[in-house]
Amino acid sequence: MAPKKSIWNAIYNQRQLIVLTFPFLIMVLIFNYFPLWGWILAFKDYKPYLGFQQSEWVGLKNFTDLFSDMYFFQALRNTLVISSLKLIFNFLSSITFAILLNEVKNMLVKRTVQTVSYLPHFVSWVVAANIIYTVLSPDYGIINDLLVKFHIIKEPINFLGEPQYFWFIAPATEVWKEMGWNAIIYLAAMTNIDPQLYEAASIDGAGRLKQIWHITLPGILPTVKILLIMNVGWILNAGFEQMYFLQRPSTLDYSDILETYILRYGIGSGRWSYATAAGIFNSVVSLILVTTANRIASKIGEGERVF
Amino acid sequence: MIIVMIATLYPFLNILAISLNDALDSIRGGIYLWPRKFTLNNYRTILSNPNIYQATLISVLRAVIGSFTNVLSCLMVAYGISRKDYIFRRFISRVIVFTMYFSGGLIPTYLLMKNLHLVGTFWVYILPGMVSAFNIIVIRSYIDGLPQSLIESAKIDGASEYRILFQIIMPLCLPVLATVTLWVAVGQWNAWFDTFLYNSGKPELSTLQFELQKILQSVQSASTNPDFSASLTSSGRTVTPTAIRATMTIVATLPILFVYPFLQRYFIHGLTIGSIKE
Repeated sequence: MAPKKSIWNAIYNQRQLIVLTFPFLIMVLIFNYFPLWGWILAFKDYKPYLGFQQSEWVGLKNFTDLFSDMYFFQALRNTLVISSLKLIFNFLSSITFAILLNEVKNMLVKRTVQTVSYLPHFVSWVVAANIIYTVLSPDYGIINDLLVKFHIIKEPINFLGEPQYFWFIAPATEVWKEMGWNAIIYLAAMTNIDPQLYEAASIDGAGRLKQIWHITLPGILPTVKILLIMNVGWILNAGFEQMYFLQRPSTLDYSDILETYILRYGIGSGRWSYATAAGIFNSVVSLILVTTANRIASKIGEGERVF
Repeated sequence: MIIVMIATLYPFLNILAISLNDALDSIRGGIYLWPRKFTLNNYRTILSNPNIYQATLISVLRAVIGSFTNVLSCLMVAYGISRKDYIFRRFISRVIVFTMYFSGGLIPTYLLMKNLHLVGTFWVYILPGMVSAFNIIVIRSYIDGLPQSLIESAKIDGASEYRILFQIIMPLCLPVLATVTLWVAVGQWNAWFDTFLYNSGKPELSTLQFELQKILQSVQSASTNPDFSASLTSSGRTVTPTAIRATMTIVATLPILFVYPFLQRYFIHGLTIGSIKE
């Protein structure tokens, strides 16, 4: 049987599957892959009135400019700090929450708490930022009211206006919004743990805490690993909408992240090529990070890898 | 547990109370869970603004059309790559999974939309996100869980692939399709960035989230948005930006708060099957 003929045969036989999938494959190529061609912009001095073709080649100038800009490194530092804090707090809070929830035996209580806990996940960041703004407001926000009432502080603090609080506010609000939702997956992993293990442990005299430490945590470890790998790839995406809505001109030194930086230079001041170069940096580093994490995990772990 | 509940619920109830309280009275502060001077004036003001109806219409349309097209296309692709004998199976799934971690970036994507003449149209909300890698993986792992013999016996009976997909597989996939539909609908309802980026010059294509953000912005910078202050004076009621902000937040959130307790069963189910791989 000639191989060439069999391929054409297979294509002919599977023409209906091709009709079902190819239109969308083409859409993905257009919307997700075609922009990669636009990376050429980063090596040109793009002027909208000259167009894509006519704009002048400038080699690596945009990249050298980028790496000599103080604000770029500031944005990079903020991105890394905010993302890492978010990653740590998110994991710790949602795992702790899932463990606590798992220990609740009353189904009604458990379900109510759970339902309430992921409510914020379903509102947009516009709404969430609005709510956060109200709660933290120095004029009528509950947080300031409470702190003043209990004499922890004398004057209300303008939390969102002061740069030094931002690194804390970003992860804290993220935890508020996503903790319950993120816990779902750990809870699901916990239901897969064999109940006999708990019985055996309690016969051996292990208390609640010991059971959590020796059974529950190892039981969800594979899930934790997979989620960690997936999230490492996103570390340069600190959450555009959240930062954009919560940042103020006065906090930019601590709240400017790569994505807001790119937006400000790209659309805001019309430096298209420069912003493209910054975008390339972001994409390439993300890809390197996620593949590295994936490789490390498959080496040390028991074959857990995402792809 | 109780702290978590309070910390989660309180901000929502607080906003609701402010939106129901007399606007001038709210400035004095001290509104917590219950309005002090109850009024519906804030809602009357919001609802007398014609922009809001247009924005609601656009938000609803993009949620409905967006989720329908997204789910249909993801189902078709997922079915294709769930077939073990399909020769392009690996190629297509690689091409699609790759997009989860890699993107062309803001500027090139914007220029592409511009060159495709999608900027300033409604379709920029629908087309770019129609094929989503994550949803395909979720639907596909569900199809993988169905008995393969169903497809084989249907083929022996002479059914075409289209018929197998739409008359056999699709009805069996309803739970996962419901999940994905809800995800996409919530995502579409909450989307803000694409309106900002592509349609900020087109008020007729504005969405509720975008209008809300405009109000938020105008309060923050204290510079008044002309449309917004015009609507305040014409309505002849005393309202403040704070009250409008709170009211608008409730208007933009209400639909979600309303549907989600009924559908949370599906959310959990879908998230679980989509994320835990064997």
